[in-house]
Amino acid sequence: MWSYAFRRVLMTIPTLLLVITVCYLMLHATPGGPFDSERKISAAVMANLQAKYHLDLPLWQQYLYYLKSLLQGDLGASFRYADWSVNDLVANALPISALIGGTALLLSVVIGIVLGTIAALRQNSLVDYFVMLIGNLGSAFPSFVIGPVLILVFAIWLAWLPAGGWNDYKIHYMVLPIALLTFINVSTIGRVMRGSLIEVMNSNFIRTAKAKGLPMRTIVMRHALKPALMPVISVVGPIAISTITGAVVTESVFSLPGLGKLIINGASNRDYTLVLGLVVLVTVVAVLINLLVDLCYALLDPKIRY
Amino acid sequence: MSLLKVNNLGVQFQTPDGMVNAVNGVSFELDAGQTLGIVGESGSGKSQSVLAMMGLLAKNGRPTGEALYKGQNLLTMSPKQLNGIRGDRISMIFQDPMTSLNPYLTVERQMTEVLELHKGMTRKQAKKRAIELLEAVRIPEAARRIDMYPHEFSGGMRQRVMIAMALLCEPEVLIADEPTTALDVTVQAQILTLLKELQRDFGTAIVMITHDLGVVAGLCEKVMVMYGGRVMEYGTANDIFYQPSHPYTIGLLGALPRLDHDGDALVSIPGNPPNMANMPKGCPFTERCAHASAQCADVLPGLLPSAANPAVLRACHKPVAELKLELSHG
Amino acid sequence: MFSRSKQSDLAGAIEANINAAAIEGRSPWRDARERFFRNKAAVVSLVILTIIAFACIFGPMVLPYSYEDTDWNAMSLPPGMEGAHYFGTDELGRDLLVRCLIGGRISLMVGLLATIASVTIGIVWGATAGFMGGKVDTIMMRIVDMMYAVPYLLIAILMVTLLGREFYLVVLTITVFSWMDMARVVRGQTLSIKSKEFVEAAHAIGVSTPNIIFRHIVPNLLGIVVIYTTVTVPGVILTESVLSFLGLGVQEPMTSWGVLIEDGTGVMETTPWILLFPAAMLSITLYCANYIGDGLRDALDPKDR
Repeated sequence: MWSYAFRRVLMTIPTLLLVITVCYLMLHATPGGPFDSERKISAAVMANLQAKYHLDLPLWQQYLYYLKSLLQGDLGASFRYADWSVNDLVANALPISALIGGTALLLSVVIGIVLGTIAALRQNSLVDYFVMLIGNLGSAFPSFVIGPVLILVFAIWLAWLPAGGWNDYKIHYMVLPIALLTFINVSTIGRVMRGSLIEVMNSNFIRTAKAKGLPMRTIVMRHALKPALMPVISVVGPIAISTITGAVVTESVFSLPGLGKLIINGASNRDYTLVLGLVVLVTVVAVLINLLVDLCYALLDPKIRY
Repeated sequence: MSLLKVNNLGVQFQTPDGMVNAVNGVSFELDAGQTLGIVGESGSGKSQSVLAMMGLLAKNGRPTGEALYKGQNLLTMSPKQLNGIRGDRISMIFQDPMTSLNPYLTVERQMTEVLELHKGMTRKQAKKRAIELLEAVRIPEAARRIDMYPHEFSGGMRQRVMIAMALLCEPEVLIADEPTTALDVTVQAQILTLLKELQRDFGTAIVMITHDLGVVAGLCEKVMVMYGGRVMEYGTANDIFYQPSHPYTIGLLGALPRLDHDGDALVSIPGNPPNMANMPKGCPFTERCAHASAQCADVLPGLLPSAANPAVLRACHKPVAELKLELSHG
Repeated sequence: MFSRSKQSDLAGAIEANINAAAIEGRSPWRDARERFFRNKAAVVSLVILTIIAFACIFGPMVLPYSYEDTDWNAMSLPPGMEGAHYFGTDELGRDLLVRCLIGGRISLMVGLLATIASVTIGIVWGATAGFMGGKVDTIMMRIVDMMYAVPYLLIAILMVTLLGREFYLVVLTITVFSWMDMARVVRGQTLSIKSKEFVEAAHAIGVSTPNIIFRHIVPNLLGIVVIYTTVTVPGVILTESVLSFLGLGVQEPMTSWGVLIEDGTGVMETTPWILLFPAAMLSITLYCANYIGDGLRDALDPKDR
């Protein structure tokens, strides 16, 4: 197990290096350096800046400098926000995104598993139809369609909640974004849980458990739940990652000053280092989540012994 | 009162193509320590009959008739009552040992839970008893291997685990649904010997379901031959083997290689089992029967005592004497 | 010796299958088509999607307005018959129906092109990996794994930011992140077909390798390729609309469903129809594409029936 975990951690390194390198090269391949766009800067300032960001060195040295600072946890400086490092910007935005995304993820895992379980055990019941309905809706209605509709209904027509924005972690500003993310994730988790539990309940070893005279509760809790959760675990990884990257959409729908908004602003301001830094950060997080999911999987499945 | 008495058992499945009668009119009796073999090709309804008795039919299946365990009807009792009997007084071994054990639980957990439930043992007592049973089915190093997961056992070993698990509460009836089909031939023989010895030691009555007449010959006192969801012939193993009186049984025996008749060609029964969704109105075997007459296709023969030997029940329009005559003329 | 009767069972069953095939003589494709057309949801979806596609292609030619012309008499006009602005107009007085249809053209076009490109890459990649096996296979599939681990939306944003927002660049960006599913599936299928008896039999009787690939492997890949293509289409359309919604897709006055939804979001307080019409068209398209995919899967892969 430990040697598998170690090898699995090592395997993340090439992925990270690949992403960082490709993005870095892409950034440098774009015509024009980051500083010679619209603004006129004096030659002296230019030289200063170039020295500060090692732009006067050959590309491979710049790249190594960048890797070195990444290893020290420094994502570099923003080219557009004067006096702000990418780290500072992230420090302000990350808690907002993490709070909303994390809460939504937690809620949707719990709600999705509970609803999926009930739907699977009581097929053709109301809960079952509900799970299938939102499973259907979630796959066809993207967040940037559901989000505005939620705002239209709850903020504009009913005027229960603010239409967006952020006010110092006040809860009613978080309700709609969390609800949107939860809805979308529940649609997947609920559907997967339902399908996998139905399949497990039809399996031969559940028939054996029934033949042993075990009551339904024990059969579900002891025999069926764990195998049924395995596919759910394997979708939680991608869902967590899509929640993080999907922040670019939710945060622009609800105008939240989180990471997603930062990336979009960076992209529209052509703040290359900011976008690169954020992409690297999110990639690291995504790779770590995948790692965590794989390790969970290996831990839970007795058949996997590396 | 017999231990197990099945009267006119039927199984119906609701399918998209309509109602399918998978089993019709199965009746038998079983006393303590007896062994009944139910023989037939796949799809003959033999497995569904016993699954119905155990309350294990698929969701779209519905049993009819009655299956009395010491006078109580298994088919109509509440799930709670049924759970008090299955796994304790009546237990079952399944065809596929590879998928019939839970891959996510250790063998220990899967065995001890039975004793905790039915015998009220503590986990520790239960584990001790489980190890004894694993030793009884000759699993080497049982005390160590009990904490392993099923995938760490070979197919034959898993079937031994299944058998040990079924015998934990010393059931009065053991239902074995093709317990050797998925195993190698040498392992098959070991498992059958094991069952025979266990029956001797525990006094368990066995219902053995198989498509393999060799298995039946070695183990069973009574034999029921099924085809197309119906009983074709029912009698003692000796009668069925040495004086088969139904064309289907004769066909089955012709398809069985024998060491004492060197050189005879094996004769397979031409054709296929009938489509369950679209059963012929008369005898289900008509289409493949070399001795069929016009009556066979239209009228279902009843399961009646044979004229030649009233201990044997047969469902065939053709009298035994006539059948023998036709056979001897080849 | 016990298993002889089982074998005769099996032989009988095989014989019967051959007989049945000879009597019926129908191709699996015809079977699949029949199964598909029996699936009402899939057929209805196909009809709706066809209508939407035709409307997007020919609608703008028939309607009296162009997608960029302003009707000064009718700004932010609600939907209705007035002035033949059936979907109403936006805040600049542009006809919403025409804009939705033109936007649909772009969305569907991006969807079509990116799907063709990514399916092609996926098939070639997967089939190569599967057929070559060994080290090549390992390396190629490791690359696919890496691509999966990447948060593609962000990299797509970076790419569009750096490369520009030309139509073909958007297609390229989407393609880069859409081919991996197909590659995986095709590789798996190639591997399993490679080891099937009929391919081994073909090898044994001396059929040449290209012949085996084209006569035996390709036809057996088709089903799964068709299924995954229909799964790719909605995914690709969705990615395009996300980019457009974020203001990173095609540029004004050109439009797409994502752009229109973004426009609508800004003014939904006063003129909600500007949001709802394009949102509905996008969702209906995705919904129908999903159902067609399901229908095809059930029709071509009748394993669980």
